[in-house]
Amino acid sequence: MKYFRSHVLACIDPECLSKGAHEIIDALQDELVAQGLIDEVQVLETSRIGGCSAGPELMVYPEGIHYAGLTVDDVPYLVEEHFLKGRPVKKFQYQLEVTTDEELGPPKPKEVRVVLRNCGQIDPNNIEDYIAEDGYAALAKVLGEMTPEAVIDEIKRSGLRGRGGAGFSVGKKWELTRAVPDYPKYLTCNADEGDPGAFMNRRVLEGDPHSVIEGMIIAAYAIGASYGYIYCRAEYPLAVKTLNIAIQQARSFGLLGDNIMGSGFSFDMEVRMGAGAFVCGEETALIASIEGKRGEPKPRPPFPSVKGVWGKPTNNNNVESYANVPQIILKGADWFASMGTEKSKGTKTFAIGGDVNHAGLIEVPIGISIREVVFDVAGGIKDGKGFKAVQIGGPMGGCLSAEHLDLPIDYESLTAAGAMMGSGGLVVMDDETCMVDIARYFMEFTQDESCGKCTPCRVGTKRMLEILQRICNGEGRDGDIERLEMLCAMIKATSLCGLGQGAPNPVESTLKLFRHEYEAHIYDKKCPAKVCKAMIRYEIKDNCTGCMVCARNCPVEAISGQRRAVHVIDPSVCVRCGICMQVCNFNAVAVV
Amino acid sequence: MTAASQNGKDALQIAREIVMQHGPTRDELIPILTDISHRLGYVSPEVMHEVSRLIGMPRSQLFSVASFYSMIAIKERGTHVVQFCENAPCHVVGGRKVWNALRETLKLNAGETSPDGKWTLITTSCLGLCSVGPVVVVDDDVYGNVDAAALPEILARYE
Repeated sequence: MKYFRSHVLACIDPECLSKGAHEIIDALQDELVAQGLIDEVQVLETSRIGGCSAGPELMVYPEGIHYAGLTVDDVPYLVEEHFLKGRPVKKFQYQLEVTTDEELGPPKPKEVRVVLRNCGQIDPNNIEDYIAEDGYAALAKVLGEMTPEAVIDEIKRSGLRGRGGAGFSVGKKWELTRAVPDYPKYLTCNADEGDPGAFMNRRVLEGDPHSVIEGMIIAAYAIGASYGYIYCRAEYPLAVKTLNIAIQQARSFGLLGDNIMGSGFSFDMEVRMGAGAFVCGEETALIASIEGKRGEPKPRPPFPSVKGVWGKPTNNNNVESYANVPQIILKGADWFASMGTEKSKGTKTFAIGGDVNHAGLIEVPIGISIREVVFDVAGGIKDGKGFKAVQIGGPMGGCLSAEHLDLPIDYESLTAAGAMMGSGGLVVMDDETCMVDIARYFMEFTQDESCGKCTPCRVGTKRMLEILQRICNGEGRDGDIERLEMLCAMIKATSLCGLGQGAPNPVESTLKLFRHEYEAHIYDKKCPAKVCKAMIRYEIKDNCTGCMVCARNCPVEAISGQRRAVHVIDPSVCVRCGICMQVCNFNAVAVV
Repeated sequence: MTAASQNGKDALQIAREIVMQHGPTRDELIPILTDISHRLGYVSPEVMHEVSRLIGMPRSQLFSVASFYSMIAIKERGTHVVQFCENAPCHVVGGRKVWNALRETLKLNAGETSPDGKWTLITTSCLGLCSVGPVVVVDDDVYGNVDAAALPEILARYE
């Protein structure tokens, strides 16, 4: 084995790639060769490091220095200063301290990383890196010292609940599958993380794939499964690639396959790729898709624990649930149960998006308040605007308003408030967001993703969308709000699977909290947030300098005016695309 | 996306290779169709027929699977496929404006291909790149933090 004095982890997730990470890595290699340092400094490709959106990121070890936003031109200087002269370059460093906090303090508004502990810290393509961080120690403990019943008992005692959204006890699920006297048994890992804005699992799969694989092997031992499938979205090509490498390495280390660690227990697995159908995140649809069929949900019971893949007992958990397992086995159920609330234990990863200063991924103890997450962890609302709402739980979740800021984030509290934990998407909206438009947007999503099998979901969501569309187009009618409410109740009560049952949630919650906005659209034909195109006009104010930039950029030539004279927008031609407002350097375009 | 340049025979040959690579069984159907769609641009009726013959599955069932998944194209696509992420995190940071501008510029609606066969415009489900939204993907290139004004320059790269 070769030893290096320094390791550079370079992030190659799609975000960094889109900002030129490959060019940076190439330049870095070239420069290291030029300086004769290539045998001393190793460059490794890894998944996300920071959560910063500044551009290509590097993490240099052993110093633990985090560089971000580099350009190719910066590389020679960086190599000379840092690697040749040993002087870290301050101006390239990422401003925020990277939290690698594993200490479990009292519940404070800060992150506690259990699932994400290795992400960005180790080379995901090298199993030895994972093993050096206690990787597969839990598996050794399970196979060497524990009976399957003891494993199930430990997971049950930890209070771990399914992180895919429903929050069912993981240990209980394992116990149910174990008890079914039908063989072979299968294991599925739901990595079809389709909720828009929820990309927590992507980062786990790309940054620490072995934690998921180890968790799955332990689960397989506990329930007596012989084969596993990781069902991963095709939208995550890097995750699929990383997983395949990781599975291959685990196999060559004897951690997958026959007679694992000489215990007599055999288990193997493969990655199955989805093909772009949201509903396949539903477990019965996921199973149908693994079998090569249309991913349509089936009525339950029978539950997958009785009849799953190929009609055999199947245990299905999501990525984050499995990734928690090795840590629970190693550190004990009591350690895990010491985090979180009475009924919801441990930590939860969330992907925060929308109008916040630090969009990205976080892992916090369950029970933290929404206020702490939005203002302390995510750095508050962008551009100093006000907080309006947070949409939590994905497209089947609900919106919560400012009055819910102090609500603790746990399964029960969120459900009671009309939202849900979901898989962990959290979209924050500022005070310039139109809630009717948001509701319409989510309905558009669920309507599009409805698989069409059951009528309430297929037809009901379509009717709801039509009503929302006409409200946004300024054609709302008296009685539309009541019609929406009736449809919400009906679709919720009669749909076959979680998609349909949850589809009305965004509308229902916005109707409850922002009813006045619906009323303004319908009765006053006004969009209070000035978002809905049919109810707004663009106007050029008197401070227009007549530079003609807007007129040149207008795609429909709706803007006229002489050079150095105030321009005019013809509202009958204008398509309200907003380009003029974006290109104006003088802030002279206004929405009225 | 070279569907236009491939004659029927080549396409069938490629489809056969892909089927054999995965193995001609029903549980490999989705990976097979996804691969074919990616390599050939779409799964044509002739290719569908051939796959059905190799796997020994009725074409109707094949079609029902192919039409279900958005990543399996069953209509011919343009030389360049423009994908727009229309999910909530992109939506709230100005995605709708970009989407409207994109439709204006390409003169296409979602799912349409331009008459000259150059562009296909589709929407995609969340790519998980939410912290750089709005996101536009042209072929396999990802563009983050896109605004309406940046579109002409991005599209010009594919002229």
